[in-house]
Amino acid sequence: MLEAMQGAFIGLLSFEHFAYMLLGIVVGLGVGILPGLGGIAGMSLLMPFIYGMDPVSALAMLVGMVAVIPTGDTFTSVLMGIPGSSASQATVLDGFPLAKKGQAARALSAAFSASLLGGVFGAVMLTGFVVVAKPLILSFTTAELFMFALLGLSVVGVLAGESIMRGVIACGLGLMVGAIGAAPATGESRFDLGLEYLQDGIPLVIVGLGLFAIPEIAELIRRSRPISSGGGLGSGWLQGVMDTMKNWFLVLRCSALGTFIGAIPGLGGGVVDWIAYGHAVQTSKDPSGFGKGEIRGVIAPESANNALQGGALMPTLLFGIPGSGSMAVFLGGMVLLGMQPGPSMVTSDLTLTYTIAWTLAFSSIIGAVICFFLAVPIARLTFVPFNLIAPFMIMVICFAAFQARQDLTDLLVLFAVGVVGIFLRRFGWPRPAFLIGFVLSGQVENYLYQALQFYGWSFVQRPGVLIIGALAIVSTLMALRSRVSEEGSVAKEARGETLQKPALGGESKAERRPQLVFAGLLLLTFIYGVSSSAPLSFLGSVFPFYTSVLMVGFSAYIVMMLAVAKPGHSAHFDQELAARVQGAHDGTSIWPSVGWFVMLFGLTAVVGFIIAVSVFITTFLLARTTLGTVRSLIYMALCITFMCTLGHFLTLDFPGGVLQHYVELPWPLK
Amino acid sequence: MTIKKTINRRRFISMTLALSAIAIAAPVHAEAVDFSKKTIEFVVPFGVGGGSDTWARFNAPYLAKYLPGKPNVVVKNVPGGGSITGANQFASRAKSDGLSLLGTSASTQFPYLLGDGRVRFEYKDWQVVLAAPTGGVVYINSNLGAKSLAELGKLKGQRLVYGSQGSTTLDLVPLLAFRLLGLDVNHVFGMKSRGEGRLAFERGEANIDFQTTSAYLKSSMGMVEEGKAIPLFTMGMLDDAGNLVRDPNFPDLPHVSEAIEIVSGKRPEGVEWEAFKAFLIAGFPAQKLMVLPKSTPAPVVEAYRAAVRQMRDDPEYKAGKDEALGGYEQVTDSAGEALFAAGTTIDPKARDWVRALLEKDYNTRF
Repeated sequence: MLEAMQGAFIGLLSFEHFAYMLLGIVVGLGVGILPGLGGIAGMSLLMPFIYGMDPVSALAMLVGMVAVIPTGDTFTSVLMGIPGSSASQATVLDGFPLAKKGQAARALSAAFSASLLGGVFGAVMLTGFVVVAKPLILSFTTAELFMFALLGLSVVGVLAGESIMRGVIACGLGLMVGAIGAAPATGESRFDLGLEYLQDGIPLVIVGLGLFAIPEIAELIRRSRPISSGGGLGSGWLQGVMDTMKNWFLVLRCSALGTFIGAIPGLGGGVVDWIAYGHAVQTSKDPSGFGKGEIRGVIAPESANNALQGGALMPTLLFGIPGSGSMAVFLGGMVLLGMQPGPSMVTSDLTLTYTIAWTLAFSSIIGAVICFFLAVPIARLTFVPFNLIAPFMIMVICFAAFQARQDLTDLLVLFAVGVVGIFLRRFGWPRPAFLIGFVLSGQVENYLYQALQFYGWSFVQRPGVLIIGALAIVSTLMALRSRVSEEGSVAKEARGETLQKPALGGESKAERRPQLVFAGLLLLTFIYGVSSSAPLSFLGSVFPFYTSVLMVGFSAYIVMMLAVAKPGHSAHFDQELAARVQGAHDGTSIWPSVGWFVMLFGLTAVVGFIIAVSVFITTFLLARTTLGTVRSLIYMALCITFMCTLGHFLTLDFPGGVLQHYVELPWPLK
Repeated sequence: MTIKKTINRRRFISMTLALSAIAIAAPVHAEAVDFSKKTIEFVVPFGVGGGSDTWARFNAPYLAKYLPGKPNVVVKNVPGGGSITGANQFASRAKSDGLSLLGTSASTQFPYLLGDGRVRFEYKDWQVVLAAPTGGVVYINSNLGAKSLAELGKLKGQRLVYGSQGSTTLDLVPLLAFRLLGLDVNHVFGMKSRGEGRLAFERGEANIDFQTTSAYLKSSMGMVEEGKAIPLFTMGMLDDAGNLVRDPNFPDLPHVSEAIEIVSGKRPEGVEWEAFKAFLIAGFPAQKLMVLPKSTPAPVVEAYRAAVRQMRDDPEYKAGKDEALGGYEQVTDSAGEALFAAGTTIDPKARDWVRALLEKDYNTRF
């Protein structure tokens, strides 16, 4: 074993190996920074090149890339409130408020140092435990996996905000949207509205971008100011590192959490950042700062999402079963290099395993250091009027969404989810709860069904199930104690403290109508869920049917409270209304910004993506900025070049419109 | 009216003559096909990193090396609908200039054979360049008490559990095989891959499992060597005459037809066997198919097939083949056409029988 470690270490120090690892790191940081693009896109970019490469160098490149994505994706999460990849959605919650307060430097340096420590922790765990992990991993059966999914759902309590009921319903909506597509037990299609696209379900990347990126971008365009209101980046570089050091125990716990979640095949890393965030809130002595710019809310998810990779490599290498989305692609890369992961990875191929572990550790360190250097120039973007950045961001987000299925419908679904996201945000329905429900929906249903098939109801007596069940109950109770609202206020009443409530308005029926209509629409959605799943076969319908039935009850309660309860009831919330009552409303509306999205998507449907984007960027810049015609055109040309380069390396055709249907055009227009 | 018909017929005859002339002249004119400075799109209707993607990416550089003019061959992933989306797209867009190539797998062929309503492609509109076989082994947990296929009777009365990806996936073949063997197996669906099925077996949740050859050799052999698992039979292999024979990787294991004969005492036949055989061939001997549109000129097709023949002899290809492709010979020319035909054809009666069975016993909805 020591020999294998030594061999791996020496191999790693060769120039070629190191150079390819650096290349991987650069690609990883690049796709990490671009919102919506993550490990899968990065792997797809590198895959065409690895064939015929020296296997160890190629492996170093792939691992280097995977290792730093959760480091690089922090930039957009903190600086723009747009998750750079699905691994750092939770970072937005406190990172973005810090940036708005002018503490971007502190948030970033805390995030990078936490990422560094998390990544190294994951690599150390991989090194130390990979040889003995097999029996442990095998001891987690479908029954325990089901309980873990429930434990994940319990975090919703933390993120529920002012109204626990709204949190539960948002999560229920996520569960329902997550159930769209083929039922795991019978394969029958559910909630597909007759669309072939929906039979595969909605891709996670589109839900993530729709929920978080589109509402945020629309809001930023509306305000049309620089993101940061502070005077500078703040001199918090050292402070951020100190923050991480001071919270070393939190870093350790969240890293362990991340590694563990990654190591259990089938749990997936989709919500690891939220779970770590929830854990930070639950264990905090004073959780009142969370959601407003609490540095621990940045440190926790960032250490967990980097540690995840080390854990996720264990099942990938030992069983050939991917521990996360990008690991699935990594697995394909290994086979292409002539390596079949399996039991031999801890016997005859142990050196290879350690090479991977060392590369992971080195890349985490180098990636974080590069990010420190990049931070100052990139953070300056927060002082640029957002309208200058918006067209590029919108283009990248559309590209990322389209990459999911390569179908024009990707963009339509993105837009639909985006509009839902805008309303959820406005009426105080916690979007993280929706996302957690969405990601865990398939796992809850599938593992419950499988556990019942394998063990019958007696599975609830398994010791593992009882332990995790107890954890879930404790977690729920702690969650109720320390709820965090997306809008930044903590429900202190839950602990008996009185809180001065800001005026929210809503005295008259007319004022309450928008939130009432939205809640009514949610109720109708759940009624559709009931009626549409009822005729399916028993196994295909039982999960969505009972979820919908429950949610019909809950949302009917909210609708009723909105109609009859006095203002100030926890069911009531309308951000726009509150702003107007408090005199903070600037008289603008969010819908003109949404109109820009409509324009882009509409144009794409007619003339195809590339032409639509060129028109969109130019028009937007001319209308909303002072760049002038020449500079707007240069900006546009650069954007298109960038898009085409990326599309070329990913062998991607851009979405076509009616025009492409009739006229044959050369790539990239086709 | 009559005149038009005559012209059509005349044109038809001349076209046939022209085509056959091309076909006869094909070997001579093969050099005339030139792909230099061209880019060939190898469409893979699956996401990056899966089995079919790996297979395509393994083959692509060798195609590029041996096709006339050394074109650039890029793999283009079009995932969705369990490969139906990409295959539909290829069917509607691909031109017959040899610059677009499609790689399909059992996951594409099964919905086609089952008559899935989403299928808008037609295998009869395509012609095969290469067929890639694979094999696999069915094994059971040794605690069930049976030491070999002959002792299969000991399984009667015990609860057999198999972790399946779904009744219309590749796992349909083991499902039908178990029935033919008279085994009453509980299929637990929703496994994301065969690897997850194996994990359920290793955890002791499932006690009967199936793995394709490369995964079996890598991950399941260890359990057999430790005495935890007992291999029962293989999916076999087709010889050039189209007969099911033993898998060369496992000469000591009976193939599935032998297994049925050992257990039941008679050669399998009838509609159930016919249906099984169609899916068996589509799932294993013809698991992956590389196809071009039918209208592609014969010289272009011949250029592809020549490239495949040369590629198979490439020492580097041979060396990498075992890991990436499970060690089976890639098939082309007439043998490939035979596999293609057998793997994409099903007797309508056999199809209806399978559909009815899946709907009745396995809750499948078509």
